[in-house]
Amino acid sequence: MSFAGPANFRVSAARALADEPLQRELARFSQGFQVRRVEAAGRLPEFEALRDRARDIKNHCLAHLDFYLERFEENCRAAGGEVHWCATAEDARQAILAICRRLGAKTMAKGKSMVSEEIGLNEFLAEEGVRAVETDLGEYILQLRGESPSHIVAPAIHVATEQWTEAFRAAHTDRPADRSLSDGSEIMAEARAVLREQFLGADVGLTGANFLIAETGSSVIFTNEGNGDLSQTLPRAHIVIAGIEKVIPTLEDLSVFMRVLPRSATGQELTVYTTLSTGPRRAGDLDGPEEYHVVLLDNGRADMLGGEFQDMLRCIRCAACMNACPVYRQIGGHAYGWVYPGPMGAVLTPGLRGVEEAGHLPNASTFCGKCEEVCPVRIPLPRMMRHWREREFARRLSPAKFRYGLGLWAFFAARPALYRPFASLAARVLGRGRPWKRLPLAGGWTGTRDFPASEGRSFMSLWRAGRRR
Amino acid sequence: MASETGKTPRTVALFATCLADLVRPSVAFASVRLLEAAGCRVDVPAAQTCCGQPAYNSGDRKHAARIARRTVRAFRGYEWIVVPSGSCAGMLRRHYADLLGDDEGFGERVWELTSFLVDVCGFQDVRARWPMTAVYHDSCAGLRELGVKDQPRALLAMVEGLELAELPDAEVCCGFGGTFCVKYPDISTAMVRDKAAAVKSSGAGALLAGDLGCLMNMAGRLSREGSPVEVRHVAEVLAGMADEVPPL
Repeated sequence: MSFAGPANFRVSAARALADEPLQRELARFSQGFQVRRVEAAGRLPEFEALRDRARDIKNHCLAHLDFYLERFEENCRAAGGEVHWCATAEDARQAILAICRRLGAKTMAKGKSMVSEEIGLNEFLAEEGVRAVETDLGEYILQLRGESPSHIVAPAIHVATEQWTEAFRAAHTDRPADRSLSDGSEIMAEARAVLREQFLGADVGLTGANFLIAETGSSVIFTNEGNGDLSQTLPRAHIVIAGIEKVIPTLEDLSVFMRVLPRSATGQELTVYTTLSTGPRRAGDLDGPEEYHVVLLDNGRADMLGGEFQDMLRCIRCAACMNACPVYRQIGGHAYGWVYPGPMGAVLTPGLRGVEEAGHLPNASTFCGKCEEVCPVRIPLPRMMRHWREREFARRLSPAKFRYGLGLWAFFAARPALYRPFASLAARVLGRGRPWKRLPLAGGWTGTRDFPASEGRSFMSLWRAGRRR
Repeated sequence: MASETGKTPRTVALFATCLADLVRPSVAFASVRLLEAAGCRVDVPAAQTCCGQPAYNSGDRKHAARIARRTVRAFRGYEWIVVPSGSCAGMLRRHYADLLGDDEGFGERVWELTSFLVDVCGFQDVRARWPMTAVYHDSCAGLRELGVKDQPRALLAMVEGLELAELPDAEVCCGFGGTFCVKYPDISTAMVRDKAAAVKSSGAGALLAGDLGCLMNMAGRLSREGSPVEVRHVAEVLAGMADEVPPL
């Protein structure tokens, strides 16, 4: 997936703010998952303790990542699976293509995978003659509309019901034109019928992984639609693609995340399906793929280990941060320009794409702290956004006008004797009986809001003059 | 020690904040009045300016640290440092240690005003009258960095004639965010527009909060929309100054 840089961010944010159907969906969205998360967390007394446990498990894994990845590889191989270590997105694309080529695969059924978006898999495979079909309902509609996900758990959260209907009528032309297709259940039934054929016809299936279990060599997906299970059991080969940070030590550890992730994501106590895959079909199994592959992707993650961004690798992609984010609530996910939107994207994207390309994302935050409050693995997201701003500032990537203005202000702020007369003068200049409708150099403020007038004298000058009120 | 004998008053140093200094001295004067009513003696160290947050949150650690060192020096020797802002208090209390490596125990001596009055002083003696229906906005830093939520409400409950109504989404950011509001004015405006709508929907005659940045943002938007809602810092109301000074 290509990346829309800083210049585009303002433009796409402005466009999103003016997009009425999108704003309607976002308004509805803001009353959904976020509210259900609070309710679900409230029903589990040990929820906060489980968050601590989840954080600790992840920290332990990241501290011993090499060990657990090798353990995973060993156990995956022992179960008959194959592990592909991929340093870059290109390595991962080639590894997947090689499997498809060897099997002579022409079609791929895909469960939802954000990592596959990260490596731009669908476009790549299309060019190589392999047709990938998204089978997650949300991803499927996006494929029909030629769009990318705007949310990592609910990828089509921005699509209104009438747009679903429109896209289905345009794509499924073999169905009666006068059929009713106005509510969720009718749309779902049609999608189910269409996708069933895709599962049966697919040569390979690909899924992501919510977790990789080191002690058993298994991959795990938490899903609600059942499409992930069909994608991975019906075709001849099951390919799992996962970032290296997805490994956890044991099944016991998984039970912690089973309680934390769905509650944080959608407010569910469990997702409808929790599916563990360990190797290919064994003798005597009734179904399952003949081959099982795990593509382990680094793509910049290892560089985040051992530094101030390591905590970000705890992320379990539950989307609680974007569900709670007041900025995401206004502009939606597409404005962020790449695969990962919202607060987690504002920290992860500069890590994976570089601060030169994505330094604007950690700036587009008020540091309100809501994301950190809801993060199930307690990632200090605002702190890490600040660290990116520090990198950006140190490399002089922020606008020169802004840096000089800040430097000038800081010069005075560090020198009280100079600062005081300056503040006193400014208080006089800004003082009058009614708010300012317009102020020089403050168009960003006064374009849409008044600037309250000063009371006319600075506090420090009044206090020094012995004035008490 | 004053606080132990109960005879000599506690000496408190007020960090007025740069916004109160520049735009709204009433907030600082109201803080002094409240602290004195709570039995404190109030000093205002002359060498204070700004907490340094604009530099810190813009990634300029060098200048932020310079300002932080200056502030720590200006308040050396004070056991209690009180700030009429959750955001600036959070900066002094929580972030100076990160910035300076070691803040020499400075942070734990810093208190947000309403939290100091309730949690430290057990202040019960609010003598203010203000016949008004108001809503309270929970500013983000005070709420999430310092746990300021119940303290201002407990104090406001003692104001005669004042009724506190429910503000929908009171804990949702108003869109100020320091430099954010001018770096991304479109997004900031959309956020404060939602906040203004929530305030209007509550039917309250006044909006209160404990942070001037947020207050100026919300007041500026409400005023631009022609709303008659009065916007004030909580300290002004508690100190009985709502009749003495016009709203923001």
